[in-house]
Amino acid sequence: MITAERKPMEEILEHINPYNRILLVGCNECVTVCAAGGRKEVGLLSAALQMAYMKEGRTLEVKEITLERQCDPEYIEELVTQIDRAEAVLSMACGCGVQEIAKRYTTKPVFPAVNTKSMGASERQGVWAERCRGCGDCLLGLTGGICPIARCSKRIMNGPCGGSTKGKCEISPDVDCAWNLIWERLKELGLEKKYEEITEAKDWRPSWHGGPRKIIREDMAE
Amino acid sequence: MKTESVVEKVLKSGQLVVTSECGPPRGANPDKVREKAEMLRGYVDGINVTDNQTAMVRMSSLSACIIIKQMGLDPILQMVSRDRNRLAMQSDILGAYSHGINTMLCLSGDHIHFGDHPMATNVYDLDSVQAIQMVRKMRDEGKFQGGEDIDTPPKMFIGAAANPFADPFELRVARLAKKVKAGVDFIQTQCIYNMEKFETWMKGVCDRGLHKKVAILAGITPMKTVGMAKYMKNRVPGMDVPDEIVKRMGGVPKEKQAEEGIKIAVEQIERLKEVEGVAGFHIMAIEWEQKVPEIVERAGLLPRPQV
Repeated sequence: MITAERKPMEEILEHINPYNRILLVGCNECVTVCAAGGRKEVGLLSAALQMAYMKEGRTLEVKEITLERQCDPEYIEELVTQIDRAEAVLSMACGCGVQEIAKRYTTKPVFPAVNTKSMGASERQGVWAERCRGCGDCLLGLTGGICPIARCSKRIMNGPCGGSTKGKCEISPDVDCAWNLIWERLKELGLEKKYEEITEAKDWRPSWHGGPRKIIREDMAE
Repeated sequence: MKTESVVEKVLKSGQLVVTSECGPPRGANPDKVREKAEMLRGYVDGINVTDNQTAMVRMSSLSACIIIKQMGLDPILQMVSRDRNRLAMQSDILGAYSHGINTMLCLSGDHIHFGDHPMATNVYDLDSVQAIQMVRKMRDEGKFQGGEDIDTPPKMFIGAAANPFADPFELRVARLAKKVKAGVDFIQTQCIYNMEKFETWMKGVCDRGLHKKVAILAGITPMKTVGMAKYMKNRVPGMDVPDEIVKRMGGVPKEKQAEEGIKIAVEQIERLKEVEGVAGFHIMAIEWEQKVPEIVERAGLLPRPQV
């Protein structure tokens, strides 16, 4: 899923400061799962913002809506009846959702209420960790199902580097060394020999380095 | 001979190679480079010039190498893949070679997290193994990494680093084998303090016959104080400083610790000379370059061969 974290209150308040009527839009997908921008978080943020306004002797009118999917134009359309009354929109979705609203409702300012972090997975209750960088050319088949691009701090394709210590990365004892994990997994699979194959320089064109990416499915596209 | 590199020539002559290093200044004063390099004249076969080491901005390795080359000495261009993509790396390699720099070291580099610009983006277009492949292809095939022909290919003698003390230990010979497969000519190791562990690693290297394909220069860093020993033991990632070394440094009065550190370094070199596969020494006297001549002399590595 796409993981996100709510922005600091001060930053959100700074964005919406000129306005008194906002539309606060959550998303029922990834940001709900990682507890950053689902219905519950929309309610909490709404209350907190109104409180902050009250402290300054102002009143903030918040219309709360949580869409099924903010990255889908079909659901964005649901805002059509609410948008006129609002002076601005505050989105709790990932960056994709914010941009979909901005694209559809061109005359309304849209602000993000979360920082989109990464594509990740739940490690344990309340912990989400990065797993994929969307490089566009998956090499997990070579690395025992552990991604060195997302999980090695140096994106090293032929690791581990000289900073790997007791299974941890040189940047922090809280970060696992991805290449240590890869090696352990290759051993478990009896694929130690695979380690000695050099992974050649990566072609970054399918990744973000090749410019904004688009998938066109001829069989589906109209 | 693949190149005109003095390091290659000394290796070819069958003698032990001695290299050292010089960190460029945190400023634009070329005299700082000249001062440090001058101390090493006649004592080493090549002078590594670090590339923004510990991810701190310094004068570029390439320009400091040119200054050293102009002094009639032999610089070794260090190049990390942290700060440059393959275009920038290759153009710098061409530039270096055009100035007569013919020896280099391919590294990934310390993570930017450690430096003075932790907010910067890191590049890592290539890793060190892939950088070795690139430089070898430039030299041996006369082609850029992207596949096109080079008009006057740079003939670089290719070095890389190896850290026998990083984890997992069981992979450390295999990782070296990958660098050898990629085409590396010589290796400078991480500073050695744990002699037994280094010797175990070297045995693994020799068992696979890798020492016949790559020249291993053992890394030596003299300790200045017991404080430095403790710092390296506890704070530097991938460093293995046994308690005996810390104890030995702490066992002499403060004013004698520097001498003790030099003594340890000289003893280490003497012992490592006997280790199969050790083809020379890389003496990294961090901000203590003036001690390199003494270490080289006391370790019986003089005179340096004229090749």
